[in-house]
Amino acid sequence: MTVFDNLYVAAPALTAHAPILVVLAPLVGACAAALAPGARTGWVISVVTTLFAVWMAVAVAGEVARHGVVQYAMGGFAPPLGIAFRIDALGAGMGLLVSTMGFLGALYSGHALASEIDSQKHTLFQAGYLLCVAGFLGLVFTGDAFNAFVFLEVSSIGTYALVAAGEARDRRALPAAFTYLIFGTVGATFYVIGVGFLYGATGTLNMADMAARLGTLGDSSAVQAGFAFIVVGLGVKAAMFPLHGWLPGTYSTAPSLVSVFLAAVATKSAIYLMARFAFDVFPQTTTFGGLFIKDVLAPLAAAGAIICSLQAIFETEIRRMLAFSSIAQVGFILLGFSLASAAGMSAALFYMFAHALMKTALFMALGALAISLRAKRLDDLAGVAREAPWSVAAFGVGAASLAGVPLTMGFLAKWRLIDAALGAGAIWIVATLAIGSLLTLVYVGRMLEAMFFRAPPPGAARAKEAPVGVLAPLWIAAGLSIWFGIDASLPEAIADAGAAALFGAPR
Amino acid sequence: MTGDDLLILLALGVPLFAAAVTYAVGRMPDVRETMTLVACIALSIITISMFMRTGAGHPPSLVLAEPMSGVEIAFRLEPLGALFAVMASVLWGVNSLFSIGYMRGRREPHQTRFYMCFALAMFGVMGVAMAANLFTLFIFYEVLTFSTYPLVTHRGDEAARKAGRTYLATLVGASVVLFLPGIIAVTALMGSSTFTPGGLLAARVDDGAANIILLLLTFGVAKAALMPLHGWLPSAMVAPAPVSALLHAVAVVKAGVFTVLKVSTYIFGPELISTLWAAQLILWVAAGGIVVASVVALTRDDLKARLAWSTVGQLSYVTAAAMLPWANGLIAGGLHMVFHAVAKITLFMCAGAIYVATGATKVSEMEGLGRRMPVVFVCFMLASFSIIGLPPMAGMWSKLLLVTASFGSGAWMVAAAMIVSALLSVCYLLPLAFRALFPPMAAPVRDFVRPGGAPGLAVAAIVITAGACFALFVLADAMAAYLEPLRTESFVEGAP
Repeated sequence: MTVFDNLYVAAPALTAHAPILVVLAPLVGACAAALAPGARTGWVISVVTTLFAVWMAVAVAGEVARHGVVQYAMGGFAPPLGIAFRIDALGAGMGLLVSTMGFLGALYSGHALASEIDSQKHTLFQAGYLLCVAGFLGLVFTGDAFNAFVFLEVSSIGTYALVAAGEARDRRALPAAFTYLIFGTVGATFYVIGVGFLYGATGTLNMADMAARLGTLGDSSAVQAGFAFIVVGLGVKAAMFPLHGWLPGTYSTAPSLVSVFLAAVATKSAIYLMARFAFDVFPQTTTFGGLFIKDVLAPLAAAGAIICSLQAIFETEIRRMLAFSSIAQVGFILLGFSLASAAGMSAALFYMFAHALMKTALFMALGALAISLRAKRLDDLAGVAREAPWSVAAFGVGAASLAGVPLTMGFLAKWRLIDAALGAGAIWIVATLAIGSLLTLVYVGRMLEAMFFRAPPPGAARAKEAPVGVLAPLWIAAGLSIWFGIDASLPEAIADAGAAALFGAPR
Repeated sequence: MTGDDLLILLALGVPLFAAAVTYAVGRMPDVRETMTLVACIALSIITISMFMRTGAGHPPSLVLAEPMSGVEIAFRLEPLGALFAVMASVLWGVNSLFSIGYMRGRREPHQTRFYMCFALAMFGVMGVAMAANLFTLFIFYEVLTFSTYPLVTHRGDEAARKAGRTYLATLVGASVVLFLPGIIAVTALMGSSTFTPGGLLAARVDDGAANIILLLLTFGVAKAALMPLHGWLPSAMVAPAPVSALLHAVAVVKAGVFTVLKVSTYIFGPELISTLWAAQLILWVAAGGIVVASVVALTRDDLKARLAWSTVGQLSYVTAAAMLPWANGLIAGGLHMVFHAVAKITLFMCAGAIYVATGATKVSEMEGLGRRMPVVFVCFMLASFSIIGLPPMAGMWSKLLLVTASFGSGAWMVAAAMIVSALLSVCYLLPLAFRALFPPMAAPVRDFVRPGGAPGLAVAAIVITAGACFALFVLADAMAAYLEPLRTESFVEGAP
């Protein structure tokens, strides 16, 4: 990450504690927001604390770029006894992603919440949101396997409440939140069972320590069981096909802010943790892990990429279309992941960044339209481009990136994935990616055709352009999708460094 | 910044600017159309200037951005691209004249969108013509696809939307599933996809990979309408006549065959091509396509559909030429690309003029119309001569060169297909012209539906391109000489 080499954004004393401050800021903010006197104060707290988290995450990235790995021992107790944050280039990159998306979401929540949630509940909602941000940030920074479980649950608890808050607009949010709760708990439980197996085998919870001991242990069946439990548990969280049942309902009924943040961050954090275990904690020498990834994970990812793209094509509700699209895109990311190489991991990370930006823009744009228009089905959005040109144009940018139109980040992301698959000689993955892209084009085409080219049905409710407070974060996300499509050096450097942190060899 | 960079930026910027201005002054049709014409003239001057520089051995080049290492948006002119750019920009001007006549004569709706998309399409064409590597070419290839979609669906009814879906699905589908993986494969193998004289892949990859990449890159370019990916072209004929004229005789389909020519010349090179079974396969497919398309054209009563099928066949001429293991084939293909464009745009514009004036779209309705519209039908006949390959029309030279190059390189089936198709094209074009101009006695003749017949501007455009068919007959030798550098191993220094 040479771009961060000379980046000193905070005083050394502050930088030294930046890793914990990244997580603490939103956590403290969550408490403050819960006690805030009014909706506006809650929003300000949310924006300020997430902005602070971004600042600290950049500071951490600078440190990581200079030192390779940053260790932060809580309360000064050295690991493996104490709990520690251990941040390498991969974690730092994910931290940047999560905090930036958290900030964009907080910015967006100012106006977007007003139309969707009772104004008395705004402060509590912001508290839940910040809790969720803090959980995901902790998840990507922690160096402790059990601690990761705690952060996973922190974020999940926030998320369950946030999803259920969508009931003011769509009653189906309640069953969706409950489904998510069941799925999420099962996933987290599987994860913690897996960690238990590993603890039993190694006697430590610190990931780096665990990796060192596993290297000497060989392939015991306890370790294998642990690995399987962890991958399946995280697979639920990552919405890996066929464990994705919770996702469509959750994304489509939650308040738009929640969909924005979950789509951008939630599944990616789980994939991050999966990569951490698969390529970092587990020794590369064992055949079991490799076989599991190549023979189980990759085919499932391919099936998800194709089947869920087809489901998106035949869906009529636009947010469900995007939700199925997200599962399919997770399939794409996992395909890159399953190459188990630096190039594949780098492509998968790059794809994550691209997908986070594009889905943020897409869900934000739908939220912007939802302020004035109660539309669920795609048909309700016919001809909406005329009434809300800026929102719909941003949606168009996000959709173009999703479809992989050249000069958007999504295009380069697909390019890198195919390039990595070709480099590994995995022709069937190339074919899957190509067919998946084609299917993506079909449903993206359906959306854009309805929004831009179809005439609105007579007598239908009409949309109004969203306020600037909503358009600004929306266009930041959309603009970044284009900017990184023309000059991708920054995300490319982060992705390469992240992959190198796992696989050593740079591309 | 040198003049070279500026020329390339201008060639891209003028159509973009024209699109923006068209949108801004959409409420004032006179200003809008004046601006379009001014942009056409400006663009023609720019492309001709680049054409001269390329001919003089100083091809303009420019690197615009480098999104990833080895993947850059770069431009570099070479003879084929310079020729394509000049052809497209000049014909855009002529076609704009025709468009103004046609669209006003028919009082079509959404004219602002129409002119704007035209300008955007030219932006795409310029990028395709000047691209220095496959990646850049791909970007502008897609720009061209998407900017022409609203033109195909211009009428806005169910039939137009259906044709539009076929159009997008075929072109984008093939480019994503075949073309793009091909490009990525080239980049992965060679570290870049720069067009290199003599062939980027020549002597650097094994035959298995080269065969597969050739198939991907040729069939992926669905704009070249190589069978079986030709279906979009006849169905896209629901578009208004000026769209068919420019896009389906000049810009879109020619961007397709141009891409095939570029791939053959600069990615593979004749030497590598000559060793590949994939090239033989494509030659057979093209030869089959030429004959089948000509036969189908014979059976179509709708004039535009007949012309569209004729285009499918003629495009395969160029694809076949690109696959001949001989540089002569490339030059003949380049010439045919231009000559066919000029002749076919004339035919489409004639079809449009006839439709505006009389409402006739079917061949069977046109008997005796030549009496009422002599200029249009004489031009139609002259352009038909060029398509068939009769002197003194430009098409003769390219056909002659194509047939000799095919025989010379042993591709007898291609030569045979071309000769058969020439005979068939006599059958599907000339009777129409003759029966219109010299009808049997006392046949009833349709009346004009538009008072005054075809709009004057439209007829003027037709006369210009028909005249160009003859002018190019005289200039063919100079153009062949201009393309001569395609034959040599390296004519621009500095390419990897």
